Amino acid sequence: MLPIEARGLVKRYGDITAVDHVDLTVGPGDVYGYLGPNGAGKTTSLRMLLGLIRPDEGSARLFGRDPLLEGARALDGVAGFVEAPRFYPYLSGRRNLELVAALDGDGAQYRIDEALETVDLADRAKDKVDGYSHGMRQRLGIAGALLRAPRLLLLDEPTTGLDPAGMRDMRALIRRLADQGMTVLLSSHLMGEVEELCDRVAIVGNGRVLYEGALRELIASAAARYELRTTDDVHAAEIAREFGEVDEIAGGLSFAGDERTAAELSVALGQAGVGLTALVPHAPTLEELFFEMTEGPR
Amino acid sequence: MSTVAVPHAATATERPPRRPGVRAVYRWELRKLLAQKRTFIGLGSALAVPLIFVVALLADSSGGPDGLPFGALVRETGFAVPLVCLAFGAFWLLPLITALVAGDIVATEDQNGTLKTILTRSVDRWHVFAGKVLAALTYTAAVLFAYVGVALVAGGLIWGFDPLTTLSGTQIGPGRALVLTGLGTLAYLLPMAAIASIGLLLSTLTRNSAAAVVGTLMVSIFVQIIGSISALDALDPYLLSTQFNAWQGILREPTDWDPILRSAWVCALYALPALGWALTTFLRRDVAGG
Repeated sequence: MLPIEARGLVKRYGDITAVDHVDLTVGPGDVYGYLGPNGAGKTTSLRMLLGLIRPDEGSARLFGRDPLLEGARALDGVAGFVEAPRFYPYLSGRRNLELVAALDGDGAQYRIDEALETVDLADRAKDKVDGYSHGMRQRLGIAGALLRAPRLLLLDEPTTGLDPAGMRDMRALIRRLADQGMTVLLSSHLMGEVEELCDRVAIVGNGRVLYEGALRELIASAAARYELRTTDDVHAAEIAREFGEVDEIAGGLSFAGDERTAAELSVALGQAGVGLTALVPHAPTLEELFFEMTEGPR
Repeated sequence: MSTVAVPHAATATERPPRRPGVRAVYRWELRKLLAQKRTFIGLGSALAVPLIFVVALLADSSGGPDGLPFGALVRETGFAVPLVCLAFGAFWLLPLITALVAGDIVATEDQNGTLKTILTRSVDRWHVFAGKVLAALTYTAAVLFAYVGVALVAGGLIWGFDPLTTLSGTQIGPGRALVLTGLGTLAYLLPMAAIASIGLLLSTLTRNSAAAVVGTLMVSIFVQIIGSISALDALDPYLLSTQFNAWQGILREPTDWDPILRSAWVCALYALPALGWALTTFLRRDVAGG
């Protein structure tokens, strides 16, 4: 049973199609990045997965269960939050967790101490949430999710608004949860974060999925480039053109090709008497791919 | 956040989970109410107003509230005091106190974004709604009994728990007066519950606490205005404001059940469609924002 299987999800708000026929397939153990600029429909998709809003078309299943048809049962083994996690400001952090644990049942209340320790909030658990910083609320949100002992964790931009140390700690926590076998769907607009944490990605723009698949394949599929510096750029460019596309860049040439063509080119340059001072591989970053997909080639 | 082990991820899901329901929601709705200022503003007003009334009576050596049932008896027996308080509480005080919580209980979670927090746990939407309805009704009953109770105690301490003259002119002893006051308060709870249901409906529809509280009070006052238009007298038996007088049937000998029975179904005609509308809205709504 797949943790997430969404088919043809559509959500419209008036004339605006926030989510436009989105398919998502998240397998067990995936750390899945749902990547897109703000307003791409990431949060709306997550809300539909959690049964908070109704899709206009399509359906979502979590471990084979549709939240629209099965209500809370569809969320068994699933936890997470959309946008910033929200709690009752007039209750303490611990009371808030006690409340959601009571609505979880299944021994969730016995996990409160452990969850508070995990997110490093045990010291502040007695304080009202009203006085919590954004980062603390974010961590309390994770603690609240852990009470459900989830097999699938849905996180909506969990590092947004955190300071650099908070971001690092949050990513380390997600990494550890994933290492324990939890499936994670992480929405983000931060490429570095997705590159660091995720093995599979869906890239969305304007409500549509532009790419879905393994991150490694995505990066590998994009043509690599080499930066080339030689003793005679004019001659080198002529030779390189026989192997692939060449651009002139400041101080040298940029050459599109894989490792094999790079090796062949270096031999050809040597035979032609052109000295090679630098041959630097330059793999496309997720960021470049992302912008290419969401905004078109630059 | 970097050293401690994470709660066991996959173990708990294998055994069949015991599912929480309305009771879990209800218990926590009450705890939430007990942690909020507005609850105590409402409850405090319900306790303060009868005391202010008693003090006002003490400050004046003679006379009482004219035109209200039992108004002429307030200095004769403490039992008359809560009954007079019931009569004047109907105009806006008790509807307002009821609306304060019923109008807020759904909308405030919309505004704070906490609705999504509780709707992504293991309870279904109807559990959450039913828990909230029960909590709002519990608060309404608590406020009403606190209001009557403090009036009774204050009145009794000052003017004694002496026999009461019923609306039929008969005399009843303190024991019976106490029982009838309790029963009358229960009858009074019917229109209060209808007001609470309207508050819950507006709370669900408007998603705005202030609008729902004010709206509920407006509905209550609007109904009273219709009741005071003599050209519309034919409507009176079916107005909510009329049901606020039904309790007086209890304070007659023999008991006049007609207004109470009518109050029961008229109030149900207000409350049940309001709750049904609110429930279907709550079940189908998109929980966005927050």
